[in-house]
Amino acid sequence: MIGRGAKFKYTNLDWISVLLFLALVFLGWLSLYAVTSANTVQDYFDLDTLHGKQLIRILLGFVLVLIILFSDAVIYKKYAIVFYAISLLLLLGLFVLGNKINGEISWYRFLGFSMQPSEFAKFATALAFSNILSGKQFDAESIEDWVKVFIILFIPVFLILLLGDEGSALVFLFMIFAFYRAGLPWFFILGPIVLLLLFMTTLYLSPLKTSLIVFLIALYSIYKVDKRRKYLERTTLIVVLAVAAIGFSFSSHYIFNNALKHHQQDRINILLGKLDDNRGAGYNLHQSEIAFGVGGFSGSGFLKGTQTAGSFIPEQKTDYIFTVVGEEFGFGGTFTVIMLFLLLFMRILYLAERQKNDFTRYYGYAVVAVIFSHFFINIAMIIGLAPTIGIPLPFFSYGGSALWGFTILIFIFLKLDANSVNEW
Amino acid sequence: MNKKLFFPLVIALLTLLLILRLFYLQIIQHSHYKKLASKNSRVKEYIAPDRGYIFDRNDTLLVTNQPVYDIMVVPKKIKNLDTLTFCQLLKIDKQTFIKKIKKAKVYSRRLASVFQSHLTIDELAQIQELMFQYKGFYIQRRSLRKYKYETAANVLGYIREVTPGVLAKNSYYRSGDLIGVSGVEKSYENILRGVRGERYAVKNNYGQSSEETVDTINNINAVAGKDISLTIDLTLQRYGELLMKGKRGAIVAIEPKTGELLALVTAPSYAPSLSVNKINRKAFNALFRDTIQQPMLDRGLQAMYPPGSPFKAVTGLIALQNKVITPSTFVHCYHGFHYGKHAFMACHCGTNGSPVYLDKAVYRSCNTYFSNAYRKVTEHFETSKEGLDSWSEQVKKFGFGKFLGVDLPVGSKGFIPDGSFYNHYYSKYKWYPMATLSNAIGQGEVLTTPIQLANMTAAIANKGYYYTPHVVKKIEGKAIANIKFTTKHLVGIDGEYFKPIISGMYDVYAKKGTGRFARIPGIKICGKTGTSENYIRTDGKRIKLPDHSIFIAFAPKDNPKIALAVFVENAGFGSTYAAPIASLMVEKYLRGTISRTDLEWRMLNDKQLAKMYKSIIALKE
Repeated sequence: MIGRGAKFKYTNLDWISVLLFLALVFLGWLSLYAVTSANTVQDYFDLDTLHGKQLIRILLGFVLVLIILFSDAVIYKKYAIVFYAISLLLLLGLFVLGNKINGEISWYRFLGFSMQPSEFAKFATALAFSNILSGKQFDAESIEDWVKVFIILFIPVFLILLLGDEGSALVFLFMIFAFYRAGLPWFFILGPIVLLLLFMTTLYLSPLKTSLIVFLIALYSIYKVDKRRKYLERTTLIVVLAVAAIGFSFSSHYIFNNALKHHQQDRINILLGKLDDNRGAGYNLHQSEIAFGVGGFSGSGFLKGTQTAGSFIPEQKTDYIFTVVGEEFGFGGTFTVIMLFLLLFMRILYLAERQKNDFTRYYGYAVVAVIFSHFFINIAMIIGLAPTIGIPLPFFSYGGSALWGFTILIFIFLKLDANSVNEW
Repeated sequence: MNKKLFFPLVIALLTLLLILRLFYLQIIQHSHYKKLASKNSRVKEYIAPDRGYIFDRNDTLLVTNQPVYDIMVVPKKIKNLDTLTFCQLLKIDKQTFIKKIKKAKVYSRRLASVFQSHLTIDELAQIQELMFQYKGFYIQRRSLRKYKYETAANVLGYIREVTPGVLAKNSYYRSGDLIGVSGVEKSYENILRGVRGERYAVKNNYGQSSEETVDTINNINAVAGKDISLTIDLTLQRYGELLMKGKRGAIVAIEPKTGELLALVTAPSYAPSLSVNKINRKAFNALFRDTIQQPMLDRGLQAMYPPGSPFKAVTGLIALQNKVITPSTFVHCYHGFHYGKHAFMACHCGTNGSPVYLDKAVYRSCNTYFSNAYRKVTEHFETSKEGLDSWSEQVKKFGFGKFLGVDLPVGSKGFIPDGSFYNHYYSKYKWYPMATLSNAIGQGEVLTTPIQLANMTAAIANKGYYYTPHVVKKIEGKAIANIKFTTKHLVGIDGEYFKPIISGMYDVYAKKGTGRFARIPGIKICGKTGTSENYIRTDGKRIKLPDHSIFIAFAPKDNPKIALAVFVENAGFGSTYAAPIASLMVEKYLRGTISRTDLEWRMLNDKQLAKMYKSIIALKE
């Protein structure tokens, strides 16, 4: 049980997480400052500039933090379904009132403010399924119960896909890691990974070569199967899986050509090195890689990057913000930032495992899943490890909704954690 | 699998993947991307080198550079402009301002274009201090030629921005570069232009560069062009131009011992500063369209005339060398030379049958004598063609009928006919060398340029050799070592044979020769007059125009320091204009002062020729 009505004590707060959070926010803002100062050095606190506006958002974020810390921790579990319902309504409302930007209808825009409800749907959804997973009646062996949890997850995913924001939809899928912690069979995680691997391998090599690899793996597996225990069933399962994999491999090209849009095909081809278009579709990635590459070990120095100064990288203040770190602070800088992220993830997971109640634990897993997926996909995309998928880098990318979304995600967890400490 | 460890493991592995990739990009591929980045963001900017100066042979500075300042504008960068005070500063009205801004915007909003060009130094001083207030405007320095003397435009030439044609052919040049397009500016372009410098500036995605230089290691300083010294003598050149004022024609003066061109006068010409005068650009462009006066034509190098009597010297020399005459050979001249049933070449030597030896034939310009000599040279072959070929080949040794190889970008070959020319000309008829007799006296088919005649005179003065005439004496203070100009060209005549010819040429002045009125007291001068017949064709009729006045001379007789050829178009006998001009030039060069002021006054204040040219123009129209 979560301690009811307990007052917030700052000693209960996990300050390690808070410091990591503050460090990342500060570095993010510094990177943004470097982008806006590309041509002429700007005043740090000029509120007309982008970094000035971002500073206001950060400060507003701190206000949110205080509200969360001084709220009653019970409401997050008690009203999880209400938060979830509100976020779904906000998503639905987009179809009527939303503004279309770059083919996505992800924004509310009023009185000069804009808001992206999908960012808030993340913590709401996490709260909702954590609530169900931690429920006393939840049975990890029951398929029915799992279907419920998946429905909770897939409704926002479906809506977000309809709105055209594939990146955010992908982020939601990462929350399955929390399900796994709650007892979801492993093949729900492994299955998609295997399918993705098969898909990319087929596109990179060819269906025939991929099938050959699958065939060899299957042969090896059959050879390794323990002949004394359930030999026939296991061998049959392997054969069925192999045939399915080969079938999927041969249909990969069909999926690629028909299910994906042209620009998505281009992005995948660029990633696989099949399309060399440094001036067209591959321009962003090419310029981004140059920025990282030119940074070297120690970088060009703060505000001294030529790629940044020359505005060579489109969308640098949002999706490509990490290039600033890469160029101006080099490998040392990128390594440091990645380590800060890694420490934050591990710290939250550690705290989650420490929880006595499952709700906070699953929610903690969901928080890490969301932030990690943003972190990984964003960086992988701009260094050429993943196809271009437009999602922001947490705490770094310019914009209010995402920043507030991540802030809320983390601090609800820290609040829950602080309260649980109270229970001792 | 352990449910607690699985997710942290996935995170760790994927993060490791990111780090490995970053390590590859940032550490392993660093130098590769560094190159790409510098390609991206560094714009090579070029620093124009100072063009070399031009001096005359006595190291008098003729051509230097002058900075010119333009106000440039980048429309996109204009910010909070106080139009009123800006217009007052530049002394323009608002309409002009609006018009100019519009023009700049049409060109480009992001790139600089000229707002106002050619600021004077005074204007610059006023504006420069205040310029920083006006964002989007800046002052750009350019370099133009500055001419200390308005002289020798044909030798100096001029420079212009390179044309797209040149850019396509020559990779050195960039748009906006200056290039010599005539005169020594063209022929010594590679020496005068220097080496362009390079600096690297930061460029942004829109191609704009900033003022700061990012990469000082790779910068290349501009190397100023080398200075050149001409062989031209400023005083002589200017005096020649003065004498030729109001006339048409050319004076070519050569130092025989070296082939150096002391003066290369063409008239009419133009003031070289016209080429840099922006306000007067129209006047400069008009020069190219003047087809009547042709001021851009270098008559000394390009104009081809029948050489007339001076050519007789070559005829005589070849005859001597071929041993068909000797200095003691003489003819009796009775007003002309019969060489066929009805063929007669008139002669005005006035010797009335008294024996005419070679020297006398030269100074009295006896047609009969040289016709006889030409006949003997050309007729002792089996075929007429062989005779003409032999003669033609010997004439060409004097530098006729081909480009001399002067270090200026223009020239003409002239024409020396040979056997095949006449075979073609008389295709159906059998012909004899006598049919080409006019060649003997420099008429007929022979065409020469003034510089070829001057060169021939130098070869006579040198008694048998010449150096290729040239206008550049020193490069960066060091004498030119171009083998082309330091090689002796032998004309194929033995030294002894020059004696009677030179003696005859001396008598042109000294005795009752054709140049006796242009004698210079105290200077032994050798010369030869000539007239060159010329015609125009209008309405299908061939109209004879007044003869060109020609004179060749060298002096002093025993140690020649100057050899020259003077052509004055349509000025009649050689003795009327060309001879006095030639003698004044010689005196000016050898003495520095003119003793015969009356003669000089007559040449300078001549009104007759101007009238003549007017009537010829009327005739043409």
